[in-house]
Amino acid sequence: MARPETEAALADLIRGANAPLAIRGGGTRGLTGAGEVVETTGLHGIRLYEPGALTLVAGAGTPLAEIDTILGEKGQRLAFEPMDHRALLGIEGEPTIGGVAAANISGPRRLQVGAARDHMLGIRMVTGSGEVVKNGGRVMKNVTGYDLVKLMAGSHGTLGVLTEVSLKVQAIPEAERTLILRGQDMGAAITDLTRAMGTPFDVSGAAWLADVNGQSERRIRVEGMAGSTAYRAEKLADLLGADTVVEGAESAALWRELRDVTPFADKAGAVWKVSTRPTSAAPLVDALTAQGITADVIADWSGGLLWLRVPDTGDAGGSAIRAEVTRHAGHATLIRANDATRAKIATFHPQPAPLEKIAAGLRQKFDPRGILNPGLMGPALS
Amino acid sequence: MQMPQPDPGALSQKEALAAALRKVLPADAVISDPAETRAYECDALTAYRCPPMLAVLPATTDEVSDVLRLCHQFGVPVVPRGSGTSLAGGALPTADCVILGVARMNAVLERNYDDRFIRVQTGITNLRVTGEVEADGFFYAPDPSSQLACAIAGNIAMNSGGAHCLKYGVTTNNLLGVTMVMMDGEVIEVGGPYLDAGGLDLLGLICGSEGQLGVVTEATLRILPKPEGARPVLMGFDSNEVAGACVRDIIEAGVLPVAIEFMDRPCIEATEAFAGAGYPDCEALLIVEVEGSPAEIDEQLSVITAIAQRHNPVEIRESRSADESARIWLGRKSAFGAMGQINDYICLDGTIPISELPEVLKRMGELSDQYGLKVANVFHAGDGNLHPLILFDANKDGDLETCEAMGAEILKLCVDVGGCLSGEHGVGVEKRDLMTHQYDPSDLELQMAVKDVFDPKWLLNPAKVFPLATSETRRG
Repeated sequence: MARPETEAALADLIRGANAPLAIRGGGTRGLTGAGEVVETTGLHGIRLYEPGALTLVAGAGTPLAEIDTILGEKGQRLAFEPMDHRALLGIEGEPTIGGVAAANISGPRRLQVGAARDHMLGIRMVTGSGEVVKNGGRVMKNVTGYDLVKLMAGSHGTLGVLTEVSLKVQAIPEAERTLILRGQDMGAAITDLTRAMGTPFDVSGAAWLADVNGQSERRIRVEGMAGSTAYRAEKLADLLGADTVVEGAESAALWRELRDVTPFADKAGAVWKVSTRPTSAAPLVDALTAQGITADVIADWSGGLLWLRVPDTGDAGGSAIRAEVTRHAGHATLIRANDATRAKIATFHPQPAPLEKIAAGLRQKFDPRGILNPGLMGPALS
Repeated sequence: MQMPQPDPGALSQKEALAAALRKVLPADAVISDPAETRAYECDALTAYRCPPMLAVLPATTDEVSDVLRLCHQFGVPVVPRGSGTSLAGGALPTADCVILGVARMNAVLERNYDDRFIRVQTGITNLRVTGEVEADGFFYAPDPSSQLACAIAGNIAMNSGGAHCLKYGVTTNNLLGVTMVMMDGEVIEVGGPYLDAGGLDLLGLICGSEGQLGVVTEATLRILPKPEGARPVLMGFDSNEVAGACVRDIIEAGVLPVAIEFMDRPCIEATEAFAGAGYPDCEALLIVEVEGSPAEIDEQLSVITAIAQRHNPVEIRESRSADESARIWLGRKSAFGAMGQINDYICLDGTIPISELPEVLKRMGELSDQYGLKVANVFHAGDGNLHPLILFDANKDGDLETCEAMGAEILKLCVDVGGCLSGEHGVGVEKRDLMTHQYDPSDLELQMAVKDVFDPKWLLNPAKVFPLATSETRRG
């Protein structure tokens, strides 16, 4: 395993490599490719933090926990609420900001504020040729040249190795409240959640869990100043009903659980993550059930994000799930599965041929020798 | 500013290409008469003009595909054009190019409030998108000040922002999917009416690529429910520095206004003379707008005004009615018009870290003395996106050149303090030759490599974004 401590050392290492490199941050996302492991944890440290400009710049290997701490001291946070995969995947280690960026990891608040990629202002990286490249910067608005920052977000180390990330951060609001309603079926709950998202009450979380202690649970979150939060929670309760309204730490705990998909952590089975249209969520699950694929379901993003827990046998329902998702619009990623299942089905949803061709072309330019996490997101251009 | 020499090979094929295009497009959609192509000789950067060889106005994705396939076969460059409102010369033609205008592609294809999106053809104007969903309580968030005229196609090409992006983000944060035609005529679909398109983030790459990767013909846009209400507060300060500190404190306090606009003394004086909004006599003025129910607005404004009080304001004027809100916005909204009354001007678009604001404004004043041209500032302070207006006289020999030289100095200053050349207008031709100040050769090389993948012959809008010397070998 290599653990370069400077960007220049990483560039030297990549230039000198003649075999595949498995790029990873803290290695907590369960997605590292084959090859000699290169960890970015040596590229560590907060480079700049300006609370008044909502800007943070950090080395890619900086632990997320360290960033949370320094932001928390100033009453700020990462707005996109990045998921922690450790419990779900049963993996030890320290998530890094570079890993969050490279895998575009977001959480429940994504539907209100955008994904990790929407909060990334700039990056530095080393390409597969060993070139040091920067893009974007540390300011909120920047349309100078192509946006390679977005391209690098979610590229999983296949185009280059991130060495530094600059991020837009957010002030932690004064208050939060969550409305809970139990016992609704999925269709009715999703209808409510999409209605909530159509109100002016600035909902920051909208989810439905099939099974919380034997009952389904619909959750709607509002955050903001104390008076405003109380007002909006009341309006939403009038409109959509609520059995219970919780606030503060109790509310935060519910969304941490959703963020990390912890209800699936100690239950067996493969786990799929599906991005689709909210109104497709319930029909999609019904169609799968009709094909004999019974899934335990957590719906987030008002139904736009589905977590499906299915038996970890065969291809874990992958072919059927991907066919249904493609029919409805969206994509499905295999998040948790045993090796036998992974051998049968790709982690990422295959893209249409013209897009695969462009992606392969980009990989060829960024990593001409095909040594960075080869094969993780698709084959290189032959 | 230089443009490449027209390619004689391309020019010699004018009639043959026009004839081929007339076979795939209606007769009135192919414009070859020099008297008519002149209508496309410039965009809103009017200092530079060049009539194109031909102009086409396709009405469907298939027609765009036919046009690009033919131009690709003929080896003729194509410059895509939305409504021609670019301030950076993004749609400036070359003499050997075909202008591809999307003006006839303005249909609304689908509206869906449960999944919160609208799908449109990209020739539709920005303001009409909101107009299409407004009656049902929704809006499209990016609001560039040209929104009455500018097309979604151009918004996507330039990743346009607006006054309200402090809260709602810019185009790239509100774009869910596109239908795009590649230079060889192939039609691709990227993303769709769901969050986080699969595979590599090609959508993020396409947005802001200034029409150099493909022609976006349809777009799926995120729409949002309208807030219950909005109200501004106006605050005057006796120095730019104090106003800048107030902006920082508001942001740090965790209130998220939808807009924080800043005007300096030259701008305040000009707009007072023009619009008479009744602004206080002061060095710097902030307009801060918040949204919500009346009680929520009061709650936020009470925090904001308490912060402002700590900075010894000359005046705080909190709107109490729609009429008062309109008066507060009057001067800001007429700022550009007011400047146009006094002088010719160029409008810059650099972004800086907000902490550098006082220093940058001070050095801008020094540059103004040095070059002998006045600068007025009106800009989006919350995100550090400056819009210095440099005033000059177009009838005076050499004044435009002096003005451009001073503009270049200001933009370099923005980069030097940690910012960038363009916050929302794009690079186009205007800032093309400054790119080497912000980016190293390896940075530009990788961006150009992206274009190589999408458009290997470099036929799409080829003379933009990258300095001509840097892109020369690729343009052939």
